[in-house]
Amino acid sequence: MTVRELSKALGCEELKLPEPDREVEGCYCGDLLSWVMGRAQASQAWITIMSNINIVAVATLCDVSCIILSENVMPDDGVLDVAEAKGVNILRTADTTFGAAAALARVTGNE
Amino acid sequence: MSESVRFHFDVNGQSFTSAGQASVQVKKNLRELGIAPDVIRRVSIAMYEGEINMVIHAHGGEADVEVYEDRVVIILNDHGPGIKDVELAMKEGYSTAPDNIRSLGFGAGMGLPNMKRYTDEMKIDTELGVGTKITMTVRF
Repeated sequence: MTVRELSKALGCEELKLPEPDREVEGCYCGDLLSWVMGRAQASQAWITIMSNINIVAVATLCDVSCIILSENVMPDDGVLDVAEAKGVNILRTADTTFGAAAALARVTGNE
Repeated sequence: MSESVRFHFDVNGQSFTSAGQASVQVKKNLRELGIAPDVIRRVSIAMYEGEINMVIHAHGGEADVEVYEDRVVIILNDHGPGIKDVELAMKEGYSTAPDNIRSLGFGAGMGLPNMKRYTDEMKIDTELGVGTKITMTVRF
């Protein structure tokens, strides 16, 4: 499933989608950036409430397919511009991290 | 062949906005050199943790990356306060980062442990009041 298809399936708001056709393979949830960096795998969707500029660097280094901001978190100023420049997809959902992860598992058949 | 490809970066200690620039650039350079994705991931994550540490604790510093036929060597140099107790600093969860850093999602005490985990060798030379030099090697 691509990031755009996932976004539609979960009813996410597409804040920035420079790479809409990237494949999503699984999911990682976490807010401690070093922890995420040590654990998240390439192509996973990363669900977090962290909204500062460093999420773009972490997403780039881990090569996740997209960042999903849960609980309607709004990214800080400048985050979306950097995401565009670095080719990092950012979605937003009103759902909790758990709710979004459960929905992702459902629509990707990983339940 | 002992010829290496070298990259040098100044790590700006003023803000978190630019932190990570060197690691992201290294990732790009290594990809262009045709280095394996797993090696690139290990190098760039270890280097990012080092960059963040330099911004949090040492007002920035310098990063040098040397690419050899069989390994990548990362050398991080700063003129910060030095590490008081290296053994303690290597413990997962131990951190001296201030609260404002924690609110950014850092300061979980995972930086040095992650650097060790992702590299094959890590050497820390540190002197209080003088600075810290960290040398990391990732083998292919």
